[in-house]
Amino acid sequence: MQNGEIAFYLLSAGAITFALLTITRKSAVVSALMLVLTFCFLAALYLTLSAQFLAVVQVAVYAGAIMVLVLFVIMLLNLESEDIHVSKNWKAVVGLLAAMGVLAQVLAMIFMSQDKFPKTISPNAAILGTTESVGRTLYTAYSFPFEMASLILISAAVGAVVLAKKRLT
Amino acid sequence: MVPLSHYLTVSAVLFMIGTAGVLFRRNAIIIFMCVELMLNAVNLTLIAFSQFLGDQTGQILVFFVMTVAAAEAAVGLAIVISLFRNKQTVDVSKVNILKW
Repeated sequence: MQNGEIAFYLLSAGAITFALLTITRKSAVVSALMLVLTFCFLAALYLTLSAQFLAVVQVAVYAGAIMVLVLFVIMLLNLESEDIHVSKNWKAVVGLLAAMGVLAQVLAMIFMSQDKFPKTISPNAAILGTTESVGRTLYTAYSFPFEMASLILISAAVGAVVLAKKRLT
Repeated sequence: MVPLSHYLTVSAVLFMIGTAGVLFRRNAIIIFMCVELMLNAVNLTLIAFSQFLGDQTGQILVFFVMTVAAAEAAVGLAIVISLFRNKQTVDVSKVNILKW
């Protein structure tokens, strides 16, 4: 096995392990910290695909900004841990079965169309993933959606302030 | 060389874990974090396809997904805070006034 393959399998095993820990921990704080680790492993997986820009944005925006916001809310609400009894709750069992069904469907789709996939990573993948190249595309071909993204962010910020401030009766 | 189907499998497993979390957890904040996990699983699929097909559009889409996820985080957490203000709980099984 080459170094790249070993790195991929280690990183994906790490991502899946920490994702499982995220959904099984009782305390919300531990869950959030496990999710931060999952996001870091995913950023490393993006690096194995040589998507450097998105790997850095993943760490900065997801593992940094969004998870700090989540931890802040957990701190504000001062939550007690929830007890998880999957076996005693039939709704949880149905939920798990439905999730398994989703997984089986997606895996079936992947392996049915496997022979149509490109065999190797594109030769210019390393160029496509750089900040320069992504930035150039964003500011030329996608400049209008880029501006719309800033509108979404400002309206979300205003909406969040209004929602969190007002006491609903 | 890692084949594309392995990246897609990892992404499918992460998506399934996120789905399971949404369906069997009752804490609204953890459900919210599981939705973020599902978004990330899809991002991995998009980046893998983008780099294997040599088409940058997938990466641009991931950038916009991240923007929308940031907006969703702000609004979602504000909803959780206002929910806690009104019901003193974030347990989704105790929030049922919109249930039939």
